[in-house]
Amino acid sequence: MTADASSVSTPWMALRDTDRPAEPATRPDTVVAVDFIVNGKPCRLELDPRTTLLDALRDHVGLTGTKKGCDHGQCGACTVIVNGRRTLSCLSFAQMNDRDEITTVEGLASDGRLHPVQQAFIDHDAFQCGYCTPGQIMSAIGCISEGHAETDADIREYMSGNICRCAAYPNIVAAIRQARDEMERA
Amino acid sequence: MRPFGFERPETLERAAGIVAAREDRAAPPPLSSAQFIAGGTNMADYMKLGVMRPNLLVDIGRLADPGLRRIAASPDGIRLGALVRMSEAEENADIRIGYPVIAESLQQAASQQIRNMASLGGNILQRTRCEYFRDISWACNKRDPGSGCAAMDGFNRQHAVLGVSDRCIATYHGDFAQALIALDASVETQSPRGGRTMAFSELHRLPGETPHVETQLMADELITLIDIPAKPWARRSHYLKIRDRQSYAFAVASVAVVLDLEDGAVRDVRIALGGLATVPWRAQEAEDELKGGPLDERTAGRAAEAAFAGAMPREHNAFKISLGRQALVRALLETRDMRV
Repeated sequence: MTADASSVSTPWMALRDTDRPAEPATRPDTVVAVDFIVNGKPCRLELDPRTTLLDALRDHVGLTGTKKGCDHGQCGACTVIVNGRRTLSCLSFAQMNDRDEITTVEGLASDGRLHPVQQAFIDHDAFQCGYCTPGQIMSAIGCISEGHAETDADIREYMSGNICRCAAYPNIVAAIRQARDEMERA
Repeated sequence: MRPFGFERPETLERAAGIVAAREDRAAPPPLSSAQFIAGGTNMADYMKLGVMRPNLLVDIGRLADPGLRRIAASPDGIRLGALVRMSEAEENADIRIGYPVIAESLQQAASQQIRNMASLGGNILQRTRCEYFRDISWACNKRDPGSGCAAMDGFNRQHAVLGVSDRCIATYHGDFAQALIALDASVETQSPRGGRTMAFSELHRLPGETPHVETQLMADELITLIDIPAKPWARRSHYLKIRDRQSYAFAVASVAVVLDLEDGAVRDVRIALGGLATVPWRAQEAEDELKGGPLDERTAGRAAEAAFAGAMPREHNAFKISLGRQALVRALLETRDMRV
């Protein structure tokens, strides 16, 4: 069978990597300036445009509490709070967060006191290896403040974006229950 | 990841204009060298995998037009700006009460973190999760036109049984889109050629010979609004999603139903299926089967037979036909029994 000439000549067939039109692609050594507020402190970074918020926090701000699990938005280990809402820092390019307010696990304790969620995770032994824990804690804070921690079923549903491969789930639910009651009293 | 440039325009006109000025502006949007990004949950993932290879990102997350972020309810219906986040729409009281199928479809989609990021406009246009599409080492007509389809004779348990072609069997994995089909929504778009409105059911295109052409949109065209009419059936509407795990998973089968009942008879019904088809799928044959008659287990079963009469299973996904039928029957009866 001969090749279909009309389909070969359609414009998108030419769009393979090797012969894409020479658009003004950013050179790999390009840097962009990004400003944001991390844990209350203004931060100005010069970044490769490809840098995710997660990598910016870990490798450029030096806050390694936020963890890189899957790096594809499937595990929740990278959860941080952006402008009051929990989000996945691995799925955001840092430039998209210009002028945003970001809270990481390092920003929770104050005056030497742990955040109620942090304390509850210790009280209930809500982890084993601890790798997912910063993401679980940030997500739990979101879950409680959204009002999605009223029942155990709600907690399980609204925490489903945070995977714990040690399966500390029952203890995580118990910790969130305790923290919810404490945060509601406060 | 391949290097890329980044622009953050403040107006819709400028955003569309940047893409319109590119040499490959006529390319199907997924293959365009310039891509819009809003929440980024789909785009960033696919750029890391090398599936999306833009050399320019146009960030529309800060466009100034307030209408893009507004949920406006009126007696005529509800209008959702394209940059409204999934979680904002899910939490909205007008949506929860007046259009439960929307809230249910959003609440069961993704995780709260992703719903806090993802825009409604981007959600509609999310790309398939076909494993062979996601992994660039496989042949895929959708990702690399003309390269073949590894899913046809691969492990195709999650693939579509409706709307398939011999080029592509990738499933459309969204949830919200099924609610929009059922509710007879329309979308408004903007491009340098002006605005247009189309029925949501017309937006997505069947894979046919060109699975890389996924919608009617042009590369420089942006969805601005989703318009949902206030019809008698909007309150009696429901989304049923069947997954491999209880939460945070894509649908193996899902059903959106809106129902207008009068004295126990079906005055009007609209049904959309998800996780089973290559596009958000309207099950019109099933609707026709039900109109004018009673809705019970027997008639729902007949409708379910009709919905899958044209199904084309592959080696591992034939179970989706019986699962889809049962899901449709259950969704119809649950919608009938809603107290509205």
